[in-house]
Amino acid sequence: MDLSIAALLAQDGITNGAIYALLALAIVLVFTVTRVIWIPSGEFLSYGTLTLAGLQLGKAPGTVGLLVALAIVAGIVEVASSWRRGELARLPWRLLLWVGIPLAIALVLARAAPLHWPFPLQVMLTLAAVTAMGPLQYRIVYQPLADASVLVLLIVSVAVHFVLTGLGLWFFGAEGSRTPAFSDASLQAGAVVFSAQSLLVVLASLLLIGVLYLFFGTTLYGKALRATAVNRIGARLVGISPSFAGTLTFALAALLCAFSGVLIGPITTVYYDSGFLVSLKGFVGAIIGGLVSYPLAAAGALLVGLLESFSSFWASAFKEVIVFTLIIPVLLWRSLAAHHHEEDE
Amino acid sequence: MRGTSVAPRVAMTAFVVLLVVIPWIAPPFWVTLGNYIGLYSIVALGLVLLTGVAGQTSFGQAAFVGLGAYTSAWLTTHAAWSPWLTLPAALVLTAAMALALGFITLRMKGHYLPLATIAWGIALYLTFGNLDWLGGHTGMSGIPALSIGGFGLRSERRYYALIWAVALAALWASRNLLDSRPGRALRAMKGGLEMAEAFGVDGARLKTVAFVYAALLACVSGWLYAHLQRFVNPTPFGINQGIEYLFMAVIGGAASVWGAVVGAALITVLKEVLQDVLPALLGRSGNFEIVVFGIVMIVLLQFARDGVWPWLARLAPTRRAGTVPAASPLPSRQADRPRHAALLAVRGVRKTFGGLVAVDDLSFEIRPGEILGLIGPNGAGKSTTFGLISGSLRLSGGEILFRGRSIGSLTPYEIAKLGIGRTFQHVRLLGYMSVLDNVALGAYLRGRAGVLRASLRLDRAEEARTRAVAARAIERTGLRTHMFDEAGSLPLGTQRIVEVARALAADPVLLLLDEPAAGLRFLEKKALADLLRGLRSEGMTILLVEHDMEFVMGLTDRLVVMDFGEKLAEGEPDAVRQNPAVLEAYLGGT
Amino acid sequence: MSGQRAGGVAPILEVERLCVSYGKVPALRDVTLEVAVGSVVTVIGPNGAGKTTLLAAIAGLLPSRGTLRCFGEPVANSPVEARVQRGLVLVPEKRELFATMSVVDNLRLGAFVRRRNGGASAALADVYARFPRLAERRGQLAGTLSGGERQMLALGRALMARPRLLLLDEPSLGLAPVIVREIFEIIASLRASGVAILLVEQNARAALQVADYGYVLETGECVLEGRAAALSDDPRVIASYLGHGKAFQA
Repeated sequence: MDLSIAALLAQDGITNGAIYALLALAIVLVFTVTRVIWIPSGEFLSYGTLTLAGLQLGKAPGTVGLLVALAIVAGIVEVASSWRRGELARLPWRLLLWVGIPLAIALVLARAAPLHWPFPLQVMLTLAAVTAMGPLQYRIVYQPLADASVLVLLIVSVAVHFVLTGLGLWFFGAEGSRTPAFSDASLQAGAVVFSAQSLLVVLASLLLIGVLYLFFGTTLYGKALRATAVNRIGARLVGISPSFAGTLTFALAALLCAFSGVLIGPITTVYYDSGFLVSLKGFVGAIIGGLVSYPLAAAGALLVGLLESFSSFWASAFKEVIVFTLIIPVLLWRSLAAHHHEEDE
Repeated sequence: MRGTSVAPRVAMTAFVVLLVVIPWIAPPFWVTLGNYIGLYSIVALGLVLLTGVAGQTSFGQAAFVGLGAYTSAWLTTHAAWSPWLTLPAALVLTAAMALALGFITLRMKGHYLPLATIAWGIALYLTFGNLDWLGGHTGMSGIPALSIGGFGLRSERRYYALIWAVALAALWASRNLLDSRPGRALRAMKGGLEMAEAFGVDGARLKTVAFVYAALLACVSGWLYAHLQRFVNPTPFGINQGIEYLFMAVIGGAASVWGAVVGAALITVLKEVLQDVLPALLGRSGNFEIVVFGIVMIVLLQFARDGVWPWLARLAPTRRAGTVPAASPLPSRQADRPRHAALLAVRGVRKTFGGLVAVDDLSFEIRPGEILGLIGPNGAGKSTTFGLISGSLRLSGGEILFRGRSIGSLTPYEIAKLGIGRTFQHVRLLGYMSVLDNVALGAYLRGRAGVLRASLRLDRAEEARTRAVAARAIERTGLRTHMFDEAGSLPLGTQRIVEVARALAADPVLLLLDEPAAGLRFLEKKALADLLRGLRSEGMTILLVEHDMEFVMGLTDRLVVMDFGEKLAEGEPDAVRQNPAVLEAYLGGT
Repeated sequence: MSGQRAGGVAPILEVERLCVSYGKVPALRDVTLEVAVGSVVTVIGPNGAGKTTLLAAIAGLLPSRGTLRCFGEPVANSPVEARVQRGLVLVPEKRELFATMSVVDNLRLGAFVRRRNGGASAALADVYARFPRLAERRGQLAGTLSGGERQMLALGRALMARPRLLLLDEPSLGLAPVIVREIFEIIASLRASGVAILLVEQNARAALQVADYGYVLETGECVLEGRAAALSDDPRVIASYLGHGKAFQA
């Protein structure tokens, strides 16, 4: 391997790593605030790519049907729970929130598809549609399980992964999609060629991470989520309700995944079930960060990207095996390092 | 302790008769289905022990099934081994893999094992598919059929007998295991880990044992599968199948071994039906049954977390009651009791939490045969001191000597082994287990029986003696009438006494009691005081951490009073009671 | 109970026959109490009596049976956050601070329920005026504070929500006498500014001194109640804490 190949592999690794990093951040965010190990994060990535691909082809993506289906279920859940608690007075508002908004987005999506909107608008619409599914998922599945153990929440997450994969097949079909590259340009620096596409992916990821950093560091809502992650009871005592925190968290996490779906579209062909393996790479990164540290999770995800890219050069058939086996030494390291942490809790 | 009602026996007999009859009366397709239910039941059974009992979980059981199948497939086709020899080889290989995974993940929080099993399940699946010498994605064929002494097991009907013989044997062994010394400890893993460790259970080791046990069952199922199909490829060992195994255990009811069979049957039949119905209904092909499985799981975990089995079990109610067989108690642990001036010496002990100093330069001694009271107002550092002595907290400074040996750096279960028994301030009983089972857990360190002996029911003599020990501790604490009640159904005061009985069953040299009188009514306190006095007269040494001054006054030999993490006073109870500093600490100054 | 009702003004908190159980084990049995507008009411009693459980149930952290009316409205069915919104704020025994966040972030989050009303900066200035120590440490992480500072931060965070009824669980727990005195001075000054307080205390003497009315809780039941001044002279209160010294003699 010479330097230019190494540089090419590194570039690939960092590009993929940046996408895995977004997933890893979403996974850490969801886990710290809600204790949910969010296995179905990958489906949101697939939905992101497939929605954008549909819009570019000028046909209504399966997302329309998915949103309608989720909104109907959320409406049923909302009516049932309002009935049980005797809070029917607030039902119209809640229905507007949980049914009205998703249906409105679905309607726009269906109407806009044949109009071939400009690319940035298509991206915005894609992000809005997939992001809306995050809170819906929380409302339907996780909110009723707020008091369940991490183990139960994990098993539920796997069940949700099953459901979303199956629904993905139904609504998007079995064919894969690939979106056109954002740019074909390239930059030459000595012997090394940087593709503008890669740079764009890395820059966009960095930008999103920067926005999130500001959100958590400076806004009251961002701090409220951090507070919930630090001390759940303390958060309730200042009036931050777990369902509010959960809804906001799942919206942010879905946004991150949808965004990575948009970014990964031009790099690889995405099928309805591709997201699972991608999200597991995000998980390996998140586990490197102990499921709590954002910087370590992002660094871990980059490491996964690089490892994957270089192992595809040496042993391409085993690149996934190598990536997933990485989790073993990582866990060993964590189990030896994290011992004293558990005592103080 | 078998149920006294006949209904379960009838149900059990009916089940076995049905099993035996099916292959002779049912169409071949049903036999095939029955074979698969049997194979899946064996895997799900392991998950019942791992998930429902030990509180861990794995999505990678399909990989262990694959390991069993592939090991036998390769050894029989490439190395011409007899299938009967490949089984032990596969078991050894599986055990080694599971041990390694378990060793790495089970010392950490519960969610790392399942995450690791997902990654490992995928990695192994891809490895099967990418190694040419394992046949790649096309797999390996020509695996020989099993035969027992010339009696070939080629036909599905004959194989059915083998599968279900193995499945029933596994059920029998697992039930035995749960009703034994290691089984009690296993059942304590879920929600009672800290308590179990205080009685000498090595939690990480025991969880690893459960994981290996589950992996071995999966391996056996895989071995059976390879010689049933006589062909293997990677498909049935992927992560989705691993997830479905877990669904079987959860849907069936992960708290009971029968849940495994129910879950395996439900999922297998449902899958068969859905794969017929759904594509026709939807007009499209694809594995849409996973949507149905997923929804069933979500609804079940939201509304009926215990699965289907409890509903079925209610049809044939059992009453858990019985008698304790007469048996000589287990050997005492007191034989080598060297005389030390101080049984326990606390020297200059210090504990800080972040910037807070909870205990500062505390020193005192406990003399053999005395009841020492450690008292003080709320927040004085009593419970922290208790945690330091029992090993649940680590020292920041100073040392603690038990019989002259430093115990400051030992884990709770190592401290328990030295002969220190304890109770918990917030009662830690396993509410769904009987008082007898709870107390018997206290005698964990006095028994020897391991998983193998327990599964094969070779531990009955020791088990009878354990029960005798537990029964004696219960009688001594005046709880004879509650012996077979569910611990969770008793009033708080009684539960506190059960805690004392459990500590007594361990036959400790030193008994640590953490606020045993808190929340007790007057008569209950009086009974507790009488009990502790009786124990002292038999030579037991007791450290009583208490808040209730009145309770300790007439009972203890000496008192150590703490305030703000330091020793405020020490001496005879009456003298301490008159001490103005103590009075102010209790009622507050102004 | 009518002892503290003044001039027919409805009490700010009415608790009637409140029961709480952990699983099948009862922790509180038929506790009835009330807090009059602008008064300090204390609940004292030995360890394990159920004092913390009582406050947790009133705040909504624990499910309970019985009647619970706050500010004249039933609140038994509303979640913790809704009660905070109405001005019912708990300062728990364990403080429950956001350890890895700064003092000022902890305080600003205290005003989370009032985020749409504004005035958080004014409230912050009030808290800093009351606790100058918190102003000095505003940038420090809550987890690095001393015990007394943590209690002040917990109190300050609660005040940021502009409570009408403050539930204080063992505010003097584990604090040095100097700081305990400071805390009780703050309680007195809060009362003067019109905040009603339900105070659970181990430190019976100090609590009865600052309170208008008191209840003594033992094994989950209310065994004694009366005006604070009367209770502090009642030998039964001392007995409840220190005992008579003879009951458990052999």
